[in-house]
Amino acid sequence: MEFFMDPEVTFGNKALEVFYIVMGLMSIYAGIRNYRDKTNPARVGTAVFWCSLGVVLALGRWLPSLVSGVLVVVMVLPAVFGKVKSGQASADDAPTTQEVAVNYQKIGTKIFIPALCLGVFAISGALIPGVGALAGCCFGVVAAAIILFVYSRSNTPRVFLNDSERLLSAMGALSMLPMLLASLGAIFTAAGVGGVIAEMVGAVIPSDNLAIGIIVFGIGMMLFTMIMGNAFAAITVMTVGIGAPFVLIFGVDPSFIGILALTCGYCGTLLTPMAANFNIVPVALLEMKDRMGVIKKQVLTALVMIVFQIGYMLIASFMMLG
Amino acid sequence: MNYLVLLGIVIVVVGFALKLDSILIVIVAGLATALIGGLGVDGFLVTLGTSFVDNRNMAIFIIILLVTGTLERNGLKTAAANLIGRVKNATPGVIIALYGVMRMIFAAFNVSFGGVAGFVRPVIMPMCVGAIEASGHTPNDEYVEQVKAMASGMENVAWFFGQVLFVGTSGALLVQSTMDALGYQTDLLQMALFEIPVALVALAVTSVYYIILDKKLRAKYYGDTKAPLNAGKEA
Repeated sequence: MEFFMDPEVTFGNKALEVFYIVMGLMSIYAGIRNYRDKTNPARVGTAVFWCSLGVVLALGRWLPSLVSGVLVVVMVLPAVFGKVKSGQASADDAPTTQEVAVNYQKIGTKIFIPALCLGVFAISGALIPGVGALAGCCFGVVAAAIILFVYSRSNTPRVFLNDSERLLSAMGALSMLPMLLASLGAIFTAAGVGGVIAEMVGAVIPSDNLAIGIIVFGIGMMLFTMIMGNAFAAITVMTVGIGAPFVLIFGVDPSFIGILALTCGYCGTLLTPMAANFNIVPVALLEMKDRMGVIKKQVLTALVMIVFQIGYMLIASFMMLG
Repeated sequence: MNYLVLLGIVIVVVGFALKLDSILIVIVAGLATALIGGLGVDGFLVTLGTSFVDNRNMAIFIIILLVTGTLERNGLKTAAANLIGRVKNATPGVIIALYGVMRMIFAAFNVSFGGVAGFVRPVIMPMCVGAIEASGHTPNDEYVEQVKAMASGMENVAWFFGQVLFVGTSGALLVQSTMDALGYQTDLLQMALFEIPVALVALAVTSVYYIILDKKLRAKYYGDTKAPLNAGKEA
């Protein structure tokens, strides 16, 4: 309670804390629903995963860090052993083509209004001091849900809850990968990995040249992503090792360099069969013959974009620094 | 210098390249780094707990799911299909380019229509094949294969470079938390604004490339670069 009364804490952060509790409850709901679903082949593991996640999300602010760490490990164990699955119960709730058609008849193109709420509210939140983009986005979710309810009274809270549980269960344990990668980055930093890489790379490239730092960071992001097949994994490692010691040290805007490095990584995603979800699965879905067919059509875009982005980073950085 | 702390990075790179379980890789790499780096098991758990709680903002996708499924239930995908379906008398290249524009605009609002499985296959490909037939030709297998590849490619390009325009997208949140751990402050709105030129160039380059390539392919398979229906569309 102290936290919610503290005048030092912004309205946005207080609201976000409430939304974390909502997210935690949604996650626990997914755990309980899967536990009760007899068709789920791994009921216990799935329940442990979603429930421990739910507790960390809802109560993270008040739990000692050690307890949170233990809960994260407890959450990860069933995932590692492949014991986080989804059952038939939630899948059975999926809307039928007929139901969608009937609903669309009734609502029509107006359905775009709630769909765009999240983005509009996120930007509004970002522009209002003390609210912030994320709290804004959460309020957008609330607004979208209210609009959907106004459109059709059959959109009851239970429908929202079960629809979200179905999607959450379908995403499974991999949905936690970005959060775990972020934690891995923090561990790398705490263990001094950045310093070691900086020293090694510093032996090969000059550490006093911003232009070379930017080029190595951009191309490195692309190549690392191609090898790992995942730009999110690459950015954690590359920012600690190259971004901070060879680019950010010069005082260029970290928001600019950070997000551009990520999209340099996306150029790598376009080029690699390692990113199977984007480049190989579609070949199967569209019944194509050439396994590399999709990648071949992305090579030109990827190469133009890596050159453009490195040029953009170089020009903008030197302009920002005067 | 303790070069052994790099073992964690080696585990990540090799693990992902060998397609081992992603979550297993991350935990093993984290534990190895913490132990070699002298944090100990306690330090590992405390750092993991602290940073996971600090990064709860990345779990925002969970609350967004609260409306994602119900939007679909109420016909969002049908509405999108009707929107792109209004395009008449266009060539496959133009249809794909317009899909890219629509996909990117909605991606900037964090709205998705189901990707290749949910939208390209059931909506975009039938439109493209329909366009080939409308111009008086039978769809040629080799040509259709190329159109499929372009449609998938546009799906990826528009989604990758469009989603970074959404303020608070998971990629930007990951960048923010990584920068935070290193002591650098970042701003989500700024990140989205910096990406606008990148997104526009990516969309423009891909659209022009596919329209030109499609024109060449039609000339190759049908010899109809000047089909009456399409004349002027590509000027």
